[in-house]
Order: sequence, then structure tokens, then C-alpha cells
Amino acid sequence: MASSLTNEAVASPVGIEAAEREESLVRKERPVIQDPEALERSHRRNVMWWRIAVGMLLIVGWEVFTTIGWMDSYYWSSPSMILQTAWVQALKGNLLGDILYTSGSTILGFVLGTLGGAILGLTFWWSRKYAEVCEPYLVILNAMPKLALAPVLVILFGIGFTSKVALAIAMTVIVGAISAYSGVKSVDADMEKLMYSLGAKRWQVFTKVVIPWSMPWIISSLRINIALALAGAIVGEFIASREGIGRMILYAGTILDINLVWVGVVVLSILSMIMYGGVVLLERKLMKEFNK
Amino acid sequence: MANKVEVIGVSKYFMRNGKEIVAMQDTSLFIEEGRFVSIIGPSGCGKSTLFNIIAGLMPPSTGKVMADGQNIVGKTGYVGYMLQKDMLLPWRTILDNIILGMEIRGVPKKEATARALPLMEKYGLKGFENHYPKELSGGMRQRAALLRTILYDRDIILLDEPFGALDAQTRLMMQNWLLQIWEDFRKTVLFVTHDIDEAIYLSDDIYVFSARPGRIKAKITVPMARPRTQSDMTSPEFTELKQRLLDLLSEEVRIAEASERIS
Repeated sequence: MASSLTNEAVASPVGIEAAEREESLVRKERPVIQDPEALERSHRRNVMWWRIAVGMLLIVGWEVFTTIGWMDSYYWSSPSMILQTAWVQALKGNLLGDILYTSGSTILGFVLGTLGGAILGLTFWWSRKYAEVCEPYLVILNAMPKLALAPVLVILFGIGFTSKVALAIAMTVIVGAISAYSGVKSVDADMEKLMYSLGAKRWQVFTKVVIPWSMPWIISSLRINIALALAGAIVGEFIASREGIGRMILYAGTILDINLVWVGVVVLSILSMIMYGGVVLLERKLMKEFNK
Repeated sequence: MANKVEVIGVSKYFMRNGKEIVAMQDTSLFIEEGRFVSIIGPSGCGKSTLFNIIAGLMPPSTGKVMADGQNIVGKTGYVGYMLQKDMLLPWRTILDNIILGMEIRGVPKKEATARALPLMEKYGLKGFENHYPKELSGGMRQRAALLRTILYDRDIILLDEPFGALDAQTRLMMQNWLLQIWEDFRKTVLFVTHDIDEAIYLSDDIYVFSARPGRIKAKITVPMARPRTQSDMTSPEFTELKQRLLDLLSEEVRIAEASERIS
């Protein structure tokens, strides 16, 4: 600024005034800073509040309509009745035990099925002939409704915990295998070429390239599989079981205890949401590791 | 001096769409130890086929490849090989990528790291040890890929258009960088390129390949002294050599285009 003043002084005193006036005009205006992040944050907050509001509205509406009789509370129950029945069931019944039973068979089946499927899919890298012979059978098994197998599996493994896990595995294993196989098929041939040029043996290419390369595909099967595993476990309990939320729902239905059916449905929804959230967390962690 | 690499009467025939295609025909190269040899030619002249055969990744239809007087047809792991794509494993850090070759050979990780770190520092990768490939520029990634090849510690190195995907400025920098490395290690280098300037600037000998079927059309020795500097690229001998290579190549490109039009 000092230099500009002296320059202007040489030119003319009027020039100084004009320049100062100009400067003061420019200074008065506050800069508008574009902040897309702040906009995004406020948008997200906004959306969250709306979501909560919609949820509340649904629950309150449900309660009000069943109370004033616009909805028949015999079929639709009501949030307060569901809560009350759940409380009673938790104290006098075996709600907690049922939840543990169902989530236990679901998680065990999910882990075994997904892992087993992924390993099966990865083995297809070893021989193209073996992979292509198996491929149509994989497609058929994937298309087949595995739940239709439920009675057979229950007869095979009994009415205990094992048959529920077996059904959850049956539901998830093919999805796991197909996902891993897609990963295996997409491995960059040049990457394999580089490994061989470095003198790698096949198992080294497999462990150092094929497995990490396929991980994102395997990880993407987790979300689908957790929901499938839960469906498998519940159907297993429907067929024959002494425990579990599925058995509780079936039992409540046969004695026309609609409130208890609703308790089961709500509990399963919450269970499924929690497990889904857990899988999303796991997925994020794994993706960070393998999808740099 | 004894020949380090000898490619003797190598041809490669493919069947494609029921027609026999000659990718390479009766090619012979004799390369002395410690030379920097470039191969230039129109695209599709079988340069990459030749490299795959030397690297042991593909059997030739006829002929053999000798290294240190030993037949290495079908033997992988005898030469270091670097492709145009850097082929760094995205889930490994730069350091872990650079020691991959040693790791495959069973060198303990500690020892491999101890050997890699000084080289990374010397050749401009200091500070990137724990970065992932995605975080580096194209030039830096190629440096890492080349160091991986160097650390694999073979006497013979094949470079298949390593700088083909880089912009002109980075490319020049990488050429100087490669010359420095080559002068330090004195490996025998086979270098495929499309770039005549690059071939002259870097090489001791240049093989000019003919259009398909690929065979050697000329072998030219670059008379310029080493170490070379960028000012050599504007010297009269450089320009003269460039003119000669341009004439040789443009003839081949015309033939390649004509044969494409027929088929």
C-alpha cells in the first residue's frame, strides 16, 4: 500500500482521493464465502429430523387410529399393547432366550455360509475347467428356493439348533461362492503375469494376488447374506423348534395371541436392523483394508 | 565381451479366426553384457511377444533363448520384467510392493526392507514407504515399479514401454532417472519403445523391427558418448540418427497400414 500511495502522489493529489474512495468502497463489501460442507451438514441434520418426525408420526398414528377404532386393534394391535406384551413376555416368558437363540443360529450360519461360500468361490481360480464345469450347477442352486429344503434339513439335523444353522448356511453359501467367483474372474491377467515373471509359484499368486483382489467382491456379499441367514433361521424355527422368535410367532398365531405375533415381528425387525448395522461396520473396516 | 542374451531364430505363430498369423519370424538378437538395447517398430510387430518369450511366459514356435549360455525357454524368474502399467498391488504400501520380488524368492522381510530403504532414498521415493500406490503420481508409481524390478536382482531387465503412459515432462525426468539407475547398476537392459528420441537418448544399440511378420530390419549402434545429458538431444549426430530411424520406421508403418487395408 505504501508503494501505491507514493506512485499516486507523483501522479496527482486528486488521484489519491479517487483511489482511497475506491478502496473504501471495495472494503465495505463482505466477502461471500461459499461453504458447501456447511450446506451439506445442515442438509443432513434436516433430513435426520424429518426421518425421526415421520417415524414418530407413524407410531402415534398407529396408536391413535387403533384407539379410536379406525383400525381394528384385534388385527393391528397397537404400539402400547405391543410394548406391554413384550414386557410381560420378557418377565414371564423367554423373550431374551428366544432372541439369543435366533440371533445365535443366524450369526453362526451367516459366518459359516459366507466363509464356506467364499472359499468355494476362490477355489475356482485353480482350474478353469473345474470352474466352468461347476458354473451351471452354481446357477441352478442359486435359482433354487433353498427354503423349500427346510423340511428335509429339519429331518436331517433334528429340531434343535443345528437345523437352523444348516438352513442359514444353505441360504448364504451360494451367494458367497458366486461373489467370490466374480472376484476371481476379474483378476487382472497382467498382474498374474507380473507375479509369474517374478518367479512366483501358483499358490503365491493365489495368496498374494487372487485372495486380496477378490476381497471387495466377497465383502459385498455380506449385506445380502445377513438378511438371508435370518430368513433361513426363522423358517427353520417355523418348521419345528422348541425355541426362537420364529417359534414364538408361530405359537402365538396358533393361540390367536395377535399381540404376541406383533411382538415377534417388531423384535425381528430390530434384530435384523442391528445385525445389518454390524455388517455395515464390518464391511467398512474390511473395505478400508482391501480397497485402497 | 561375451553375449549375455542370445535370441536365436525365434518365431511365433498364432491361429486366429482359423488363419495362421505370424507374429515374429526368425528373429535373432545378440546382446552383450551391460548394454542398453532398445527395440522400436510399428505397433503389432511382435515386440511384446518377444518379451513374453524371453521372460519365459510364452513358448516360441521355433528357436531358443539363451542367457549366460543357458537355455531359458519357458523358465520364468530369470529376467526382471516391467510393463507399461505399473502393476503395483493396490492393497500394499509402496515399500511392500517394492520388496515383492524378494518376498516371493523367500528373502526375510527384515532383510528385504533393509535393502529396499536405502535405494528408495537414493532414487527419490523417500517418504513414500508407507503410502499406497493410489496416493502417488504416475511417475512415482513407475519409479516404484522399476525399483521392484531392480531389487528382484536379475542381471537382465526387460522394460516394455515403461514410460508410454506418462506426459512429456515426466517422461524426460524418468529417462534421466533411468539412466542414473542403469549407470549405477550396469544391468543388461532390453527396452521397448515407440519413441525414437527416447530410444536414441537411452540406448547403446537400437533394433528396428519390421511390420508384421515381425523381424529385425536393422541394428543401429548409437555413437554418442556416456554419460549423456539433455543437450545431446539437440546435437547434430542425434538429429542425423533420428532422421535415419524415421526413414526406416515410416517405411514400415506404411507397409503395416497397407497390409491392414488388405486384410
